[in-house]
Amino acid sequence: MSDAAEGGGVGEPDDAEGVFGSGVERREDIPLLTGEGDYTADVSRPGMAHLAIRRSDHAHARIVDIDTSEAEAMEGVAAVYTGEDVVDSGVPNSIPTAWMLPGLVTPQYRILATDKVRHEGSGVAAVVAESPQRARDALDRIDVEYEELDQVTEPVEAVEKDVPPVHEEAEDNVAFDFELGDEEAVEEAFADADHVASVDLRQPRIVPNAMEPRAAVAEWEDRTEKLRVWMTSQNPHLHRMLLSAGTLGVPENRIEVIAPEVGGGFGSKIYHYPDEAVTAWCSMQLGRPVKWRASRQEGYVTDCHGRDHDTTAEIALDDDGTVRGVRAETHAGLGAQLSQFGTATPSYLYATVLSGQYTVPAIHCRVVGAFTNTTPVDAYRGAGRAEGIYVIERLMDVGARAVGMDPAEFRRKNLVQPEEFPYESAAALVYDSGEYERAMDKALEHVGYEDLRERQERLREEGRYLGIGVANFVESAGLSPSGLAGDLGSQAGGWESSIVRFDSTGTLTVMAGTADQGQGHRTTYAQIAAEELGVDLEDIEVIEGDTDRIPQGMGTYGSRSASVGGGAIARAAREVRSKAREIAEHQLEASSEDVVFDDGTFHIEGAPDRSLHIQEIAHEAYLGHDLPEGMDPGLEETNFYDPENFTYPFGTHVAVVEVDPETGETSIEEYVAVDDCGEVINPMIVEGQVHGGIAQGIGAALYEGAAYGDDGTLETRRMDEYAVPHATQLPDFETDNTVTPSPHNPLGVKGVGESATIAAAPAVVSAVVDALEPFDIEHLDMPITPETVWRALGGAE
Amino acid sequence: MHADGFEYHRAGTVEEAVDLLGSIPDAEPLAGAHGLLPRMKTDEESPPALVDISRIERLSGIERDGGSLTVGALATHADIAESTAVREHAPALAEAAGAVGDLQVRAGGTIGGNLAHGDPRVDPAAAVLALKAKTTLRGPDGERTLAASELFEGEFETAVGADEIVTALEVPTDGAGTSAYHKRRNPLSGYAAVGVAGYLRCDEGAIEEARVGVTAVGPHPIRLRGVEAELEGASAEAATAAAAADRVGESLPASGVRSDPYASAEFRSHLLSVDTEDLLGGLLGDA
Ligand SMILES: Cc1cc2nc3c(=O)[nH]c(=O)nc-3n(C[C@H](O)[C@H](O)[C@H](O)COP(=O)(O)OP(=O)(O)OC[C@H]3O[C@@H](n4cnc5c(N)ncnc54)[C@H](O)[C@@H]3O)c2cc1C
Repeated sequence: MSDAAEGGGVGEPDDAEGVFGSGVERREDIPLLTGEGDYTADVSRPGMAHLAIRRSDHAHARIVDIDTSEAEAMEGVAAVYTGEDVVDSGVPNSIPTAWMLPGLVTPQYRILATDKVRHEGSGVAAVVAESPQRARDALDRIDVEYEELDQVTEPVEAVEKDVPPVHEEAEDNVAFDFELGDEEAVEEAFADADHVASVDLRQPRIVPNAMEPRAAVAEWEDRTEKLRVWMTSQNPHLHRMLLSAGTLGVPENRIEVIAPEVGGGFGSKIYHYPDEAVTAWCSMQLGRPVKWRASRQEGYVTDCHGRDHDTTAEIALDDDGTVRGVRAETHAGLGAQLSQFGTATPSYLYATVLSGQYTVPAIHCRVVGAFTNTTPVDAYRGAGRAEGIYVIERLMDVGARAVGMDPAEFRRKNLVQPEEFPYESAAALVYDSGEYERAMDKALEHVGYEDLRERQERLREEGRYLGIGVANFVESAGLSPSGLAGDLGSQAGGWESSIVRFDSTGTLTVMAGTADQGQGHRTTYAQIAAEELGVDLEDIEVIEGDTDRIPQGMGTYGSRSASVGGGAIARAAREVRSKAREIAEHQLEASSEDVVFDDGTFHIEGAPDRSLHIQEIAHEAYLGHDLPEGMDPGLEETNFYDPENFTYPFGTHVAVVEVDPETGETSIEEYVAVDDCGEVINPMIVEGQVHGGIAQGIGAALYEGAAYGDDGTLETRRMDEYAVPHATQLPDFETDNTVTPSPHNPLGVKGVGESATIAAAPAVVSAVVDALEPFDIEHLDMPITPETVWRALGGAE
Repeated sequence: MHADGFEYHRAGTVEEAVDLLGSIPDAEPLAGAHGLLPRMKTDEESPPALVDISRIERLSGIERDGGSLTVGALATHADIAESTAVREHAPALAEAAGAVGDLQVRAGGTIGGNLAHGDPRVDPAAAVLALKAKTTLRGPDGERTLAASELFEGEFETAVGADEIVTALEVPTDGAGTSAYHKRRNPLSGYAAVGVAGYLRCDEGAIEEARVGVTAVGPHPIRLRGVEAELEGASAEAATAAAAADRVGESLPASGVRSDPYASAEFRSHLLSVDTEDLLGGLLGDA
């Protein structure tokens, strides 16, 4: 992949052929990089007021009284509202969960707290003022009287200790108790196996830290009774639906949600948060536009966190290294409220990948989802799959040690083989395609695995500790086949929708229900359409992120845009092409067999001058003067593509580190990523996704990890307390790929948005633990900071 | 308070600055704005008025004169790091200034602001202690000087009076000593997790004079007196470094060692020993 730019040629090739698969430059970059991009915070409306939200600084407390009088009396303050005001207004006021599980407890999630606050950062009052500064000043003049309650922030403690429940509906703080797999088969496997190895691990909370904090501008228009909301959204249609049916009760056809440029999301901008609903509600109350912008610190306590798993996992093995079974018991912190996918992420998205790339005949997983007095937890890049692959990869390391095999050889021995696809795992998934060993070999070759092991030996004799970590991953991407997801509890469809429209002058407009947050859809979607229709990139406009312009959509998350969104675009384009073909045959007076389509032109086989370009046909289609009998005019198609299965990107990442036992410092010497995301639309963009993903995986492994203090408030609440890795803390990445097309996807693509984050954390952890093998370290929890290592090596004694 | 605004005054001369500070209640000087503004944004400080001293020409520049270096309060970290005179005669200060933040911070932040603010983690402070530099202050009653060891009083507390400004730093350069600074960067903030500066003057194989200044370890930068005592009079060989570093523990601040999400007090003390030994080992190797 690193030499991809040479392959296709960077820049816009003049003939459309070969555009798909080439490293075309991102069309969106110039405005974004020169500061010309329009983000939500750039939106300004006449008469706009500014909202600030008073937030709880307690983790758990009863609200005794809220006195807003002093704030209301301030000059420049338009209104001050509390949770009771929202209740009195009669709106539905309920943020719903989007994934049901058996026995799930679903307490009402209001947009402003009323009876009590359940986590630090939860909104208790709203101030609307003439300037953002005035609004924030007024927050300090609101007097909230609390009666503090005991709080709990750790999932195991939440369900095991005698603590006051976060919600009265769940006395034991258990939101759900989920099981997957065949417990009996697992018990048998464990009873028969020669060895059992186990690991206890914690996957700490991650704060997503998108570069652009969340924001919303809402404009209620009395005249038309229409609500328009600009917001930082990964899925404007989902937000439209939830604002309508969940929180505000405005009919869906009178809400327009617009996601302008969005500066990163990583999951955090999927969800319907209280704040955007409060913004819209205030606009409806006041009849004037209202703007809200989160500060970075508000983001730390309100953007849904990721991970927060506490797991005991075991692997059963035979002497020869054959894996017999895997079981895992996990406590997952859900936070104080159920965010939309907060239930799906630690259950189905997690337990179903516990087979990893391996043949594991028996799998059982139990997950207890716990309410805690913390910021809600939901999907963060890798969502569930990252947590699951981390568990199986840690097990593969402890398993290799238990049978005395090299960890790479042990993995290889248990890989699912190419001829076994479609492969049905014991964790309820059917992997579409894969050639795992090929990618793994390539990665090991890049690092020179055998030589590295020898070097490791030599260095150990000098008291230097080199570690090699190999992580194999496979993920269920391309969320999601609607029927399957529905069977498992999803309350939403998994399809994607696209409109491909030729305009009457021959330009092409491609619309999709996904929403870019920096991924480069305007480039890759245009490449797909160019390939299908033979139109130059400069004639193609891609539109996303506005529910009034694109009628339906599901959005961008779960590595779905290229596979599901791209699939819808390809299918719509193919329908457009076949209608164009009918017009061509009619006007060229030829029969179907005689007309060939080549690079945008329909011509008669053997008579290339009797031809019509598809852009000329577009003109004819709108002219309507000479169309085949009975054909409707126009050249546009809408497609709803519902994938028949998930796609399964996979690959192998290898990290080589050196650990200094005296200071605990880990330095990454080398990092190799071999990814297989099926067909590649744009290698440069894929490489960018891999780079960013590795950075976040390394971040989780070595630097990040949110911590709550004894009082239940966040200890790591700013960027100088919570380490998002800087470029200077990351090594050079060596990337490469293999191509195993998805057999069921219209384009053969699998998606790559989350892959590298999933792979990088286990690769790095494995490398550090490998380095410390001479000290009998079997496992270390993330983030592996220098102090973690120092303590593990007994430095504190 | 998120004031809609604050008063802003620009002083053209040192006298004017001192007058303004004396006449406007709670006014604070503003130099490079890289210490104060970040804290105003997070509400940790909210002065109602600022007196911008950044255009006072007399306060910039670095000069070597006889036995000392005079560094103007407005000299930026970059100016200091790049100054040939500082690099030659006070390498610990040049190294510390060069280790501050990133290019942008070094180009904007000043030595005067860095020392006057009292941030417990700043790099130059360790060097100032090790080099026994003095700060020159100007207030309503005229000029006075403060020894390095008198300057730092607590977290964001210094001996600089409310109506005083730092005008210069005087670094003695007469001795034939060597000095160096070592920074262990906290990856979260980029500030020092531990910073150690050392100064050694050796004669005929023995250490005559030794000073070790550390930053980011206590509520304010301090000297490691026990380590210094071990060094002075000892033989100038690498083995001495280990013996000296063994006495880090007894030199730590009485109020306790800093603890933050990156390093507990215990771990930080350990790192301080490791880095002290490394730094001294290096200096003794060169001596
Ligand atoms: C992103 C970032 C990273 C940083 N990293 C580091 C680092 O790694 N190491 C490090 O040492 N520092 C670091 N700093 C701080 C930096 O060194 C600041 O420049 C310095 O601490 C303050 O100097 P200033 O000129 O910017 O002062 P200002 O911000 O203008 O003022 C700071 C304080 O000092 C007072 N003051 C300023 N000048 C005078 C004067 N002449 N007399 C009296 N009082 C005065 C002000 O009233 C104020 O209270 C960092 C800063 C930032 C923003």
